Amino acid sequence: MSFYVLIPLLPLIGFLITGIFWPYFKGKGHIVTVPLMIASWVLSLRAFSETMSGPSVHLKLFDWIDSGSFHVAISLMVDHLTAIMLVMVTTVSTLVHIYTVGYMKDDSGYDRFFAYISLFTFSMIMLLMSDNLLELFVFWEAVGFCSYILIVHWYERKPSWVAANKAFIMNRIGDFGFMLGILLVYVVFGTLNYSEIFQKLPAHIHDSINLWSAFNGTTHYSVITVIALLLFVGAVGKSAQLPLHPWLPDAMEGPTPISALIHAATMVTAGIFMIVRLNPIYNASAVAMSVVAWTGALTAVVAATIALTQRDIKKIVAYSTMSQLGYMVMACGIGAYGAGIFHLLTHGFFKALLFLGAGSVIHSMSGEQDIFRMGGLSRAMKITFATMMIGSLALSGIPPFAGFYSKDLILSEAFQSGPTGHIFWMIGVLTAMLTAFYTFRLVFVVFLGKENFSEGEHHHGHEGHAPHESPLVMTFPLIFLSFMALTAGWAGNHYDIVGFLSQSMTVPHPTARPELSEDSLKAISVIVGLVGILLAYFLYAKPSTVPQRMAHQFKRLYSLSLNKWFFDEFYDLVFVKPTIFLSFLLWKEVDKGVIDGIVNGVAEFCQTSAASLRRLQTGQLQNYALVMAIGLFGMVSVFLFIR
Amino acid sequence: MVPLSWYVGLSSALFLVGLVGVLVRRNTLVVLLCIEIMLNAVNVNFVAFSKYQHVIDAQILVFFVITVAAAEVAIGLGIIISLFRLKGSVNIDDFNILKL
Amino acid sequence: MTFLSIPILTFLIFFPIVGGIFLLPFMKMKNSDTTVKWVAVGITVIEFIASLTLLIGGNPGTFQMQFAEDHLWIPFANIHYTLGIDGISLVLIIMTTLLMPMCIFTSWVGINKRVTEFMIAILVLEGAMIGVFAAMDFILFYVFWEAMLIPMFLIIGVWGGPNRIYATIKFFLYTLAGSLFLLLAIISLYFEGGHTFNIVSLMGQHYSPIFQDFAFVALFLAFAVKVPMFPFHTWLPDAHVEAPTAGSVILASVMLKMGAYGFIRFSLPMFPKASVFFTGFIFALSLIGIIWGAMMALAQEDMKKLIAYSSVSHMGFVTLGIFVFNAQGVEGAILQMINHGVTTGALFLCVGVLYDRTHSRLLSDYGGIAKVMPVFSTMLVIFSLSSLGLPGLNSFVGEFLVLLGAFRANAAVGVIAAIGIILAALYMLYLLSKVVWGKYEPRSWALPDMNRYEWASLLPLLVIVVWLGVQPNALLSMLHVSVTHLLGQVSSASPLASLSGGF
Repeated sequence: MSFYVLIPLLPLIGFLITGIFWPYFKGKGHIVTVPLMIASWVLSLRAFSETMSGPSVHLKLFDWIDSGSFHVAISLMVDHLTAIMLVMVTTVSTLVHIYTVGYMKDDSGYDRFFAYISLFTFSMIMLLMSDNLLELFVFWEAVGFCSYILIVHWYERKPSWVAANKAFIMNRIGDFGFMLGILLVYVVFGTLNYSEIFQKLPAHIHDSINLWSAFNGTTHYSVITVIALLLFVGAVGKSAQLPLHPWLPDAMEGPTPISALIHAATMVTAGIFMIVRLNPIYNASAVAMSVVAWTGALTAVVAATIALTQRDIKKIVAYSTMSQLGYMVMACGIGAYGAGIFHLLTHGFFKALLFLGAGSVIHSMSGEQDIFRMGGLSRAMKITFATMMIGSLALSGIPPFAGFYSKDLILSEAFQSGPTGHIFWMIGVLTAMLTAFYTFRLVFVVFLGKENFSEGEHHHGHEGHAPHESPLVMTFPLIFLSFMALTAGWAGNHYDIVGFLSQSMTVPHPTARPELSEDSLKAISVIVGLVGILLAYFLYAKPSTVPQRMAHQFKRLYSLSLNKWFFDEFYDLVFVKPTIFLSFLLWKEVDKGVIDGIVNGVAEFCQTSAASLRRLQTGQLQNYALVMAIGLFGMVSVFLFIR
Repeated sequence: MVPLSWYVGLSSALFLVGLVGVLVRRNTLVVLLCIEIMLNAVNVNFVAFSKYQHVIDAQILVFFVITVAAAEVAIGLGIIISLFRLKGSVNIDDFNILKL
Repeated sequence: MTFLSIPILTFLIFFPIVGGIFLLPFMKMKNSDTTVKWVAVGITVIEFIASLTLLIGGNPGTFQMQFAEDHLWIPFANIHYTLGIDGISLVLIIMTTLLMPMCIFTSWVGINKRVTEFMIAILVLEGAMIGVFAAMDFILFYVFWEAMLIPMFLIIGVWGGPNRIYATIKFFLYTLAGSLFLLLAIISLYFEGGHTFNIVSLMGQHYSPIFQDFAFVALFLAFAVKVPMFPFHTWLPDAHVEAPTAGSVILASVMLKMGAYGFIRFSLPMFPKASVFFTGFIFALSLIGIIWGAMMALAQEDMKKLIAYSSVSHMGFVTLGIFVFNAQGVEGAILQMINHGVTTGALFLCVGVLYDRTHSRLLSDYGGIAKVMPVFSTMLVIFSLSSLGLPGLNSFVGEFLVLLGAFRANAAVGVIAAIGIILAALYMLYLLSKVVWGKYEPRSWALPDMNRYEWASLLPLLVIVVWLGVQPNALLSMLHVSVTHLLGQVSSASPLASLSGGF
């Protein structure tokens, strides 16, 4: 067995041991899972270095489903794309494992938590290593389940399980499309294996499908476009794109480590990973590409506008995640797959950093999440402040931090991709400014200014001790991630990550090594970022009434942003309430009323008709004898007459 | 010699008397007696036909009927007595517990 | 193939029945309940182990009936005592024998009056159910089919809930009415098919199209009630709600499968033309069943009703898969039958665990049990996830194969059926939210975590749920030859009508 198997296997073993024997760990769950996770991380680094030089690896583990002509095996495939994603995922996961030791200390579900994040890591690694669509789907849903079970970690709080249900169901709606896409792929190509699909792709590129044949429709659609769009529905759900996004901000009800791991760095990027993995299919359909690009662009800007007015520290970061995911999806939509993955990786590091930093803040505030009840924390939490600052600068795209390189690559590719590309570039720049603004709004409100909390006022009522720096197990991951946020962008640019990735794409995308944009474009995006930061500084670094007055001035816009564009209310009104109402109506009126009514009606008919016949039975023997005698006479006379 | 039809007529008349008695009388004892009359109507028939057909079998059957009738009367009277103990009456209208 | 020189299938059928008869003297004895329970456990476990010899001795490479036995039973009508199994009945028999010990374990606390009678009913029921799957003579099949009703009738009617009489009579009359049509079909087949009741030789005949249609409809009525398919499903929630836990488990896991088994064993191979002719009709009912069951489940306040309606939805997938006439659909349907048996059986066992403690099945009476019953909650979560079709657990594979088959046959059908998967997530998560999550409020009852009998009933199912999710091939490999043969029978008799839509 090659060591590649161990990369997913070690977290799985960690899950099995802590998951099965959790009652015996009693708060020592990290003893098993953390070392295994570190080992898996080291192995994935080795896998990365091997793919740098060698060819991609392909290992068949076992046959999973064989039915008729349908064969699916569980396999491991490590090519360049997988290898580089593996490094990011295992790095973040290892750091989150370590961070959790400090953050979840004293939590009653400590060991359970470790079991599930190990399970999540296993599923995520398998998702990345899958070599066919069904295997991808299996682990796609598995990471969704881990997300569900981790969001519901504090199950006693109603918002937790409501958010968890929402996350699962919205993902299921996405997966509905994804599954149909898989079915259609199988029907068209006769296989679910990536490489076989790509081989057969040219033969089917002009196939068309009549979607409405069951209803005698005649319109034909390009089958590749339909496949690409159906699969994209899955990505929309998983990567929180419009309109299936509301679960992501709500998912912040879960503990912060999983917000960093699952809802920022890894799971939510699975949608982008899937699009990049299947890029030949997307390349073959211009319609699907533009749908992808527009979805991403709209998500980026809508999420950014929502983030402007949120007060919950985690929700702000969550909306920024959604916005950045939109960026990546947009990048895929304009064909800049390499740039998308590059941004995915740098984003994974700095967004995990921001979340873990936010977690550190929340931890020291004993559970407070409203940024306007914090303030002045830079004095007490120097490391957290410094690392959060690095993360925010990276997110805002200020050189030389990681976000600058990847974001700029996306923007320049957008700019170069034709006339619509200019629109995407403008949306990207606008989003960049908004991003810089709300990110530094958070930083300034939380860390600068005066203290807006009083001792003993904290929610989760430990002894109301003052804000304090977090322990080393929590700050070490922050420092490590800051280092990555500082260097990953430069390294990726320097070592030509896009060229590296293009080796694993069957359709080589970039003909030449893409350069960063021209200096003027570069300057614009940096200046825009700086403007955003300055704006935030003037409005929020010092006490000011301007924000309130602006909120008052633009009441409509403010309420639109504050209420998240009313998506939740809309869904509630259009889908949730009618479904429940209809279910009850159909149950009461049709199922119990009509169907059961007929059944009981038949029974009742028998009963009433029998009741009337029953009168004949008087209990008087003489009556019976009379009837018998009459019958006898009757029969005898009939007998005589007929003869 | 008396023709067969007379015997048949007699037995039919007896049978009808018995039948009507069974159907209309309300006293259980009388009903039982009427049943006996019907049995004896059958006996008359048996004997008459036996004579005219020159077969002895039917006469043997008559003895059977008489024996069975005796047994039946014994049981019937027993039932009537226990019914009387139960209900304090021998009126057949009181015995309608077969009705649901 | 014999077991201690006794024919194995006969042994499997009559061992539990004889065991039940030997329990009769215990009815008069006082304080014998524990003994009786252990004897019943022993009988069912021996039965399970004996059924495993079918696996060892069976040859998965042939579609012929194996372990065949044939004796003349009633000469004047040419009725035989014929037994035999193929891959399809094999997996169903093993599932049945596997579930029976669990039914006894789950009754350990819940059943405390007339324990001996209960165990006898369960054992006789087991024999009859295995008889249904093993019978290869139509009259013998019918005898077992009807014999099965009697112990079930008693189990619901004697040990059931407050409204048990209504439920049990509804169950009994409903299925009996269906069975009448079955008898009608059997007798007419006897005259049409050359004066024999042998199922294999009846399959080999060619019947006129009109006769096929009539016989198919008659069989359909019998089996659709049992499955249950859409408009014939209303007996199921009532029966489940009133039945004791063991009754619900047997009902959901085994008896519902009889209908689907009937379609596979009789309707398809004997009346292929009619089967193709009625495909659209069955598709429509199956799709309505999938969506309808799921929506009804959403509206329920009673846990057992919720799971009962979810059964309607899941069995919709089974009937859909059977009638798509391709390998994925039929194998997926059979897999789904097993999966539904295991998962839904386990869910009813879970409800039983709660009911034994609280005597309530209302969702509103629970909440936050994860706090007090963490191990049990974990089990319930896993089984619920299996029920909603999470990949990696068993149900996903069956549902996926059925969807694949349906999608290949007709894309629109596949799409509509896939909606059922979204709805499944809705109602199962609703159940979990109401029961497992939330704040725990102490009530008049105590909620200790699982005892060892409950462990014994749930742990094996947990293992199977995971195992079948990871290794469905273990089961599928037993089906391939039988299913291929079945599809051959369908397509050889009637050139398969092209049902594919969209291509």
